[in-house]
Order: sequence, then C-alpha cells, then structure tokens
Amino acid sequence: MITINDKQVEWISGETVLQAAKRAGIDIPHLCAFEGSPYPQASCRICLVEVESMPRLQTSCTLIARDGMAVRTHTPRIQRLRRHIVELLLASHPDDCCFCHRSRNCELAELASKLGVRERRYPGIKKTHPIDISSPSLVRDPNKCILCGRCVAVCHDIQAVGAIDFTGRGFETRIDPGFYPGLNVSGCIFCGQCLRLCPTGALTEKSHVEEVIKALADPKVMVVAQVAPAVPATLIEEAGTASIGDMLEVLSGTLRRIGFEAIFDTTFTADLTIMEEVSELINRVKSGGPLPMFTSCSPGWVRYVELYRPVLIPHVSTCKSPQQMMGALIKEFYPKQVETGGRRIYSVSIMPCTAKKYEARDLGDVDAVLTTRETVELLARFGIKLTPQGEKVPLDVPFAEGTGAGRIFGGTGGVMEAAIRTAHRLLTGKELPRGGKISEARGLGKLKVFSLNVGNTTLNFAVINGLGEVETLLDSLIQQTPPLHFVEVMTCPGGCAGGGGQPYSTDTALIKKRLSRMYEVDRKSQTRLSHENKQVQALYQSLLGRPLSDISHRLLHRSYTQRYFG
Amino acid sequence: MKSSQLATPCCGRCWHTATNPCSQLIECLNDGPLCHTDERCRDERAGRISLARRGGEGVLLFIGTGTCGLANGAARIIEKIRSFIAANGVNATIIEVGCVGYCQREVFMDFLSASSPRLSYCDITPENVNELLTEIFIKGNLKNRFLLGRWDVADGTHSDVTLLKDVPFFKRQKKVVLENCGYIDPSSLDTALAAGAFKAAAKALSTMTPSEVCETVLAAGLRGRGGAGFLTGQKWRVALDTVSAEKYIICNADEGDPGAFMDRAILEGDPFRVLEGMLIGAYAIGATKGYIYCRAEYPLALERLHGAIDQCRKAGLLGHNVLDSLFSFDVTIKQGAGAFVCGEETAILASIEGGRGMPRSRPPYPAVSGLHGKPTILNNVETLANVPVIVERGVEWFKGISMGPSTGTKVFALSGAIQNTGLVEVPIGIPLKEIIYDIGGGALPGHRIKAVQIGGPSGGCIPEEQMDVPVDYSSLLQLGAMMGSGGMVVMDETSCLVDVAKFFMEFIRNESCGKCAPCREGTIRMHEILSSLTEKPVGFEIQRLERFRGILHLEELAQTIKETSLCGLGQSAANPVLSTLRFFRKEYEAHILENRCPAGSCQGLKTFSVNAELCSGCNLCLKKCPSEAIIGERKQVHYIITDRCIGCGACADACPKKAIFELPSGLPGQDRNNENPGYLSL
Repeated sequence: MITINDKQVEWISGETVLQAAKRAGIDIPHLCAFEGSPYPQASCRICLVEVESMPRLQTSCTLIARDGMAVRTHTPRIQRLRRHIVELLLASHPDDCCFCHRSRNCELAELASKLGVRERRYPGIKKTHPIDISSPSLVRDPNKCILCGRCVAVCHDIQAVGAIDFTGRGFETRIDPGFYPGLNVSGCIFCGQCLRLCPTGALTEKSHVEEVIKALADPKVMVVAQVAPAVPATLIEEAGTASIGDMLEVLSGTLRRIGFEAIFDTTFTADLTIMEEVSELINRVKSGGPLPMFTSCSPGWVRYVELYRPVLIPHVSTCKSPQQMMGALIKEFYPKQVETGGRRIYSVSIMPCTAKKYEARDLGDVDAVLTTRETVELLARFGIKLTPQGEKVPLDVPFAEGTGAGRIFGGTGGVMEAAIRTAHRLLTGKELPRGGKISEARGLGKLKVFSLNVGNTTLNFAVINGLGEVETLLDSLIQQTPPLHFVEVMTCPGGCAGGGGQPYSTDTALIKKRLSRMYEVDRKSQTRLSHENKQVQALYQSLLGRPLSDISHRLLHRSYTQRYFG
Repeated sequence: MKSSQLATPCCGRCWHTATNPCSQLIECLNDGPLCHTDERCRDERAGRISLARRGGEGVLLFIGTGTCGLANGAARIIEKIRSFIAANGVNATIIEVGCVGYCQREVFMDFLSASSPRLSYCDITPENVNELLTEIFIKGNLKNRFLLGRWDVADGTHSDVTLLKDVPFFKRQKKVVLENCGYIDPSSLDTALAAGAFKAAAKALSTMTPSEVCETVLAAGLRGRGGAGFLTGQKWRVALDTVSAEKYIICNADEGDPGAFMDRAILEGDPFRVLEGMLIGAYAIGATKGYIYCRAEYPLALERLHGAIDQCRKAGLLGHNVLDSLFSFDVTIKQGAGAFVCGEETAILASIEGGRGMPRSRPPYPAVSGLHGKPTILNNVETLANVPVIVERGVEWFKGISMGPSTGTKVFALSGAIQNTGLVEVPIGIPLKEIIYDIGGGALPGHRIKAVQIGGPSGGCIPEEQMDVPVDYSSLLQLGAMMGSGGMVVMDETSCLVDVAKFFMEFIRNESCGKCAPCREGTIRMHEILSSLTEKPVGFEIQRLERFRGILHLEELAQTIKETSLCGLGQSAANPVLSTLRFFRKEYEAHILENRCPAGSCQGLKTFSVNAELCSGCNLCLKKCPSEAIIGERKQVHYIITDRCIGCGACADACPKKAIFELPSGLPGQDRNNENPGYLSL
C-alpha cells in the first residue's frame, strides 16, 4: 500500500507512482511520460510530487512505488510550480493557437487551462527555427515544440529508427534529424508514431485536405475514395456508430454528400493481396526462393528495408500494398466499368497511416492520401460531422466486398492470419478448423513465432509488431532453425490500428479496442477466407486470369531499390 | 615516450615484466633489490632512484609548461633557452614540468646544478629570459632578481635563500594533491615513482581487501571535490556491495566552470597520481575498466595522460594482473566535446555510451546502475588524487589536515581582482579571508575587495563582510554559495554584481542541455530580466513597466528552477542570482529604480550629454554614434537622445572639444543622491 493524498492505494510491483495514481483515479498532470515509454525521461518536470521523508520533489513518472510511501500530488506548492513550468513553456511557444491544427486538442493548451495559467508574464524572445516541410508525409514545426521528447523516445526506444534527436544546447535546443537538412533525406521512415504522440502542433502530417477539396469542386475529375480496414474501426470512436459495417456505410454516405462519387473498401484489395502474396509464398516454398518472405503491406517497413537492410530486398514480397493495388485497379480497371463522362479519375485513399502518403507519391496511382484525422477535418470543412444518423449508402462495386480475413489486415498478425487461411486451402484443399482463427498471430507481443502443419509440410511463421525489435530480430530470424517461411512486419505497434495517421493519443487501450472491433467483424462475417471473396474471384475471371499472371504482375506487383541517406 | 629506467631489471635475477608482474615492484624500485642480495644491484638501484629523484644528470632547467606557463610564453622561452645554451656552450638539460600554482608569477624556471639546490626563478618572459640566463651561466649570480626561493633540498650553500614553502603565497597552503605539481616531470613515470607514486597502490593491492580500502576512504572523511561533496567512501561501498560481473570507474575531468582550472593543473602536473587514485578506487569496488572523461580543450592534459597511461602499462602498473595481485585494470581516455553539462555524472555516462550528453533522472544512482547499466563510480580528478595519500599515510594523518568538520585539503583557483592569482591548496575550513588576504595578497593597489564568487555558475557571491566564513561545505552552503569545483573569483568595487549574475546566467542559459523545461526555459527568462536591468528602460510606459515587473519574477523563477530542475546544474543554476540578491540587493535596486550602476560597469546604463557651451557642431560625434542617438545640424549644438543612447561612449571619444561627458549616474533630472531608496523591498 502507498498513500496518495491520504488515500490508500494498491500498487503493483515495479509500478511508478504515476501509474499507481492513475489506476486510483488520481490525475497527476504530465507531458513527457506516455504509456508504453520504456525509459521515462523526466524532462517536463510537471508530474512532480511531494514525498514524505524525501527532501526534494520527485517526478512521479520515475518514482517506483514502495510500501509505506506517502505522496502528495496537488499541494499548493506543487500546483504553483507546475503552473510556473507551463507558463515558461508557453513563454517561448508561438502565440498562434487560433492558426494551429491542434487548436481543439492541444495537450499543452489543456494543461495550461487545467493548471490555471491566466497571464503572460514573460514577454521575451520566441523560437525562430525553420519549419521542415521536406517530408512527403510529415511536417515539423520546431517552434511549437516543447521538447517533451516523446517523439524522440518513440523513434529511438519503441521504433528503434532513431531518425530524430535533440540537437543544440540551451534555448537553441531543438529536435531534428541531426546531420540531415530535412526529414526527407534523413533516416526517417515516415511511420508517424512521433506525431501521433506529439502533445502540441509541432508535428503533423503533410495535409492533402486542400487538394481533395479542390478536386471535389473540379468538374473535369471524378473523385473516388478507398477506405482502409482500420479506418472504420477507428472512426467509430468519433461517430459513435454501432459497428464497422454501419460505420463504413455512414462514411460512404457522408463522403458522397461532399462530392465523392464512389467509395471502395481497401479490404477488397487486402483479399487480393492475400491471393497474390500467398501464391508468391507457395512458389517460393516450392522453388526454394529467398525465404523467409516478408510482407510488404506496411510502407514504413518497406522504406526501412530499402534504407537500412537492402540485402533483404529479395526477401520482401513483390506484392504492392492493398492501397497501391486498389490505386492501380481504380486507374486501370475501374474507368472501363463505369461511365466517367470523359473525366479523369482522382483517387483518394483514406488511411490510418502517414507513410502511405510517401508510398502514394513514390508509386503513383493514388492522387491523395487522407489520414483518419484528415478525413474528419475534411468533413468538418463542409460542416459535416460523422454521426450514427448519417445516411447509409453501400460501398461501390466492383470493389465493395471484403472478407473477415481482409478486415483483420488492420491489426498486427492480421495479414499472417489471412494468409495462412488461404495458404492452407491452396495447399491442402481444405479449410482450417474453427473458421481459421490463429491465436498465435494475435495479441500485442512484439514478436510472435509459431509453426503450423499445412498438409504434409510444416511451415514456420513470425509476426513482428512494431519496428522496435526488428534490428535485433532480423539476423536471428533469417538464420533461425527451423528456417522461417513467412514473416509479417507491421511498422507501427498494434499494426494499422495504432498507425501514425490515427487520432492523437497516448492511450494504448484504444488500439486494443480497434483490434477487437476488427476481430469481431471477422468472427461474424460469412466469408472469412480471402479466396472466397466473390468480387475478387470475379476480378480474376474478368481481368487478371490467375494470381501472378502477367497482368497481375503489371498491376499488382512492384520492385524495390536500395535508398540512401543525405 | 620515455621508458622507465627504474623498472628495468638490475640483473638477470630480476624478472619483473608487464606480463610477468612482481608484487614487490614498487618497494623494490625504492629499496631494492628484494629478491636477491647483491651489493652491485643495490648500488645500481640506489643510483637509479636518486637520479630519478633529482630529475636527471648534470645541470637541469625545469620550465613550468602547464597551460598557464604556455600562455605566458613558456614555449618561446624554451626556444630562447635552447639557443642560449647552444650559443654559449652551456651543458644543461631542459625538463618541462607542470604548474607550481603561482600563476601570477609565471613563467617559472627551476635551476638545479651539482653545486646548488633546486632554485626557483619566476616572472620570466621571452624578453627577459636572456638576462636571467646571463646572470646564471655567464655571471654565476644565482641570487638575482628573478629568484623566488629554493625547494627543500638544500646542501648548506644556499641556506640564506627563502624556502619556497615560506614564500607568502605558499606559506599558508598545505600541498597534498599538488605536492608534486611543478616538481616532477609529468612525462616521466620514473620521476613520479621516485617521488613516491604507486606506493599507496602497491600497499592497497597487496595488503588490503577492497572493503578495507572503502572503509579507509570513508573513515578519512574524503568528500567529492567536484561540487556536491558526497562521501567518496560511501559511494565506493555502494558500488562494492552491488553484485555485477562488470563495474566501471570514471574519472571526471570535464572541468567546465568558468574560472576553475584545478583539475587541468593536476593532470598536467602529476597525471600519475590520478591514475594511481583510479587504480585504488577500481580495486576497492572491483572495476576492471576505467575511463577518464577529459574535455578536448585540454590538449596538454590529454597528451600527458596518454603518455602516463602508456608508461604505466609498460611498467605493469595498468593492465592484466597489476603487481601480481590478480587484479586487472585498464584505463581509456574519452574526450568530451566541451559541453558544460557533461560534468554531470549521468550526462558523462550518456556521453561515454555514445549518446548525447544529457543527464537522466536518479535513482538509480550510477553506483548501482551506471555505464551500460553496470555499477559505476564517478569521481572528480582532485578526489581521486587525494586517495593515494590517504591509503599511504593513513586516516589519522589525513584527518589531521583539517580546520573544521571536513577533512583534507581543497585546491582553489584564485583569480580576478587580486594580487596573487593561481592555484592554492588549503586545508578545508580555512577562513576565506586567509585565502584572499594572506595567500592572495588582497586587493589590487587602490582598490578594495567587494565580493568573492565561489563555485562557478553553481556557486554564489560572498560579500566582504562575510569573509570570516570558513571555507567548508556546510558553511558556504549557508551563505548561498557552494564549494563547487573550486573556482574563486575575486571582485573589487569596479565589478557590478548584477552584471556578474547576468554573466553566469548567460553561461547557464547557453550551456543548459535543454532537456528539462525549467532549466531550459527558466534561465533564458532570468537572463532576459537581468539584461533588461543592465540597460536603460526605453520605449513607452508599458515597456518600462515590464522591466520593473521582471525583477518581481526573478526570485520566483530562481525558486522554480531550483526546486524542479532535473540535474544538479539546473538546481544550482539560480544560485548566482539568489546570492547576489541576498547580499547586494541595493545594487539591484539602484539598477531598477535609479537606472544607475553603482559600480559604473554596466555600459547600457551610462548616459552621455553634450555641453552646449563647448560643442562646435562639427558633426563628428553624430557620425560615430552607432545607434543614431545624436541629432544636430552642422555648426549647431548637438543633442543626445537618451532613449536611443546605448552608452558606448564613442561620441565622447570622438569629440575634439571634449564637449561630451558622461552623466554621473542615471537619467538626467533624477535624484541621484538618494543612496538607499528603501521604498521597495524586492
């Protein structure tokens, strides 16, 4: 038991006072600490508490709870100090809250209001760093940065990329890509985890909202959209709809109100990806091709390989990601199916991801990528909010149908699970038992390794959740005995459900909820196997012929090149 | 690099090598041989050690080439000596030594010949060195105007020459850490061994358990000399008790305080003592690997350290199985890039690990989880340099050197407006005034001492009235200063304490690592406020009000930074402001309320005016003014716009008629006679 503000609080071994207090419903304000951070930095100094028998104030994010500890979290002295620190942070912060994209959900502003900051006391100099717009995915405004270090922590300790760090000293301290002039030429993989955690407006995606608005008003183009599997699972939090199915239809109806003419489900191309990827895997297993084969759905991971591990390029599946497959089909196939009136197709994808912006610019086919956040923003420009009462319109054929297998693409282990279901069928002619649920692939563990008997061969699989452990894993995974056959890598912890384009939050419980929503869809759906997707089958009949055919190679596969820094 | 003559075998029966070490090496070098009896070998060894003790054969010239000596032209002096020797056929050897501490009288040259004791000459410059050499070598006049004194060794011929330790500057000092600085050749292990180096290490390794070493250091009461003053033995004990396969010891030689150069002098003058301290410390905690984290701005210290480490390795004093104790230890030098914060122990760890030098929060303390997560001891150079004497001469001896609750000596770097600047080593607890007046010689002629700044950016200013304070960890803290690393800057009445506070705040502002919010954001605001005090208020009422309001925030800012910063540097960042506010509040009040700098040193508060009767309207001042503060037509009287004037005085210098003069203080028209306003208590 520890005592927090005279209240007895249970504590779990190894837990910090901040965590114990949170469980007990005591809100200790903090900026630099966030859930999942392996090493608390204790740099913001806002979570300071008074501890009996300790002369100095202690940061509750680093203070490990001990039996008999007596803590006070909101004494007048602490409140005064916290307020003063936030005042100091604000003193160098730009006075442009009304112009800031975080004006409605800024943690710094919220903290200032919560702590009672009411006066500007220090009219001194402000930061004057250049804004970095070089990246196709992210925009960095170091002037709004309060140097809490969350982005550095996630980039180094969670994603193990380490593209950004603190540079400079004193007031000139800033976070930037070190020796590289911009993010685009740095080691950044554009995963966007940093901006999902940023408490202020210092980090944001490269917005495509204006371009989409312009396209919607352009009589010479026909605007269509695709919606990624994890997006409806997330938008439920915003709209309050009952299920992912409802959410998709409400989204489809709402997007039509502002001028979108067709809404497709990226889950469809997720199923298509499985058809191609599994065929490729089976080919590789049979011909002894470079194994293990890595998935290629996650553009952050693809960039990681191209930048840091080019030797692995032969191991990466040549399949495009579902976004790019859909993009190619929309540009090449869809215009032949509908009356476009001679208009150009403008293809928008709605993704939980910032790296998809980079991927779309890199490979073409998709004209604009909206993150989950931007989608809400776009609708707000038109004065529209997503509500459960919104008009429900089904998605558009020929890319409307998605199976349960395609839906779970939006979470870690999903691609693996979907692939195994289809592989089992293709190799044995039989379905997996229990509808193909593969528990070994599920969950938020950083590495999941398992084997499965498929027919008379044993296949070995691994699922990597987040890039954090990739460096330490890759070598051992490649050389592992028994040799691995198939490895799924999701750049972001939790997969797309926790993607960099998802709403700003440090709460990992949200990611778990999104995952369970997708698994629920899978459990309830009638078709849980990608190869049973009727529209996918139709596409093969009408256009592609068979997986890995020439035309599918032209439309659905890609190549990789080594990339360099600087 | 010189190889050790002492450690060379005397005959085939001496078998010591670095790879096959002998536990009695150090004893053997001094009183050997021990493993066999042979008069020839005994004579051979005795001859070697006395030669090493002397420094070499023949006539020896020891030149002080520490950084302070070099700054005073020691390198050019050596060149001149060389050419003098060559031109006059003098047979003399030049030996470079470290600094004896009397920086004011640099450059030093010691002269040692068969017929004289080692005599010390000072105040040598490249210009007058030939005069000195002529006196010595041509005229044979050893007692010339450069002579300061003689070292202990006298053979009766020069007993009328003052002993160096009786020279006023040295008389009140107690040299422990610095005893060999300026005496031994820091590039030669032999001279260090002859002066007693590694005797303590040999004693510890062969006769003491690690636990006993910790106990000894703890019982001696040795406290960290780098600032915080934590008990060294206690730290070691924690590291010893932490179970780990690997442990580290780090010597913190990242001396960054403005006005502090103790560690540099020790490393330049006697690197072996520090290595010996590290060896003993490593043995005490069970570390096998040591790092010396030294700033790259100390090239000479680094050079001497490299040389010392190489020689120690070759002599088997570092490396595998040191002195056949089955204990292995080696040292690596890590160069710091000069960030002030890298003097903080957790920042050093980050820097050595290859990361950005930023402190992390403690606990865990490095003694439990430090470098690479392993138990690590970090000690300052001076702390480690104290360890050998404690082990060798014993706890009681060390405790005997005390003038207060703390034991041992402390080296201070005395600088500023004082007669004798330099390094002084005094027993801890000595009254401050003894350092300033007896050793330092008091104020410069015609001036009076106003305050002493102790402890650098983390320390505080002690006013003249408080000079009786014993220089001790606790009593300095009570006055809002701290022992710090040992910088001692003396200021007289021409120094403005607001300006001093501003200087240190600017230093901290620039050197804050930027990690924690209060230090990074708070120090810049404090500096802004202090800057505004040292300038005239300009602009409209609201801006004048801001300047006034700023001072109201100063103390709150100082308090917040002190209470909430992450590391020791932030926590003490406000000390210069707090201590000057405490003792020199009237100076702050004069700046704010009267726009006047009592010391007359704040340029921004100076105001100039034109004497209309003398002004010829020549336009020269107008052209010189950098801030367009002067108006006036040619052949007409000129005027100075007070608000625009930055007080540089360029106009007064330019005026051929001497018509421009500085107003005595403050703005024109204000009551300047009111010495103590007393209507504002900040």
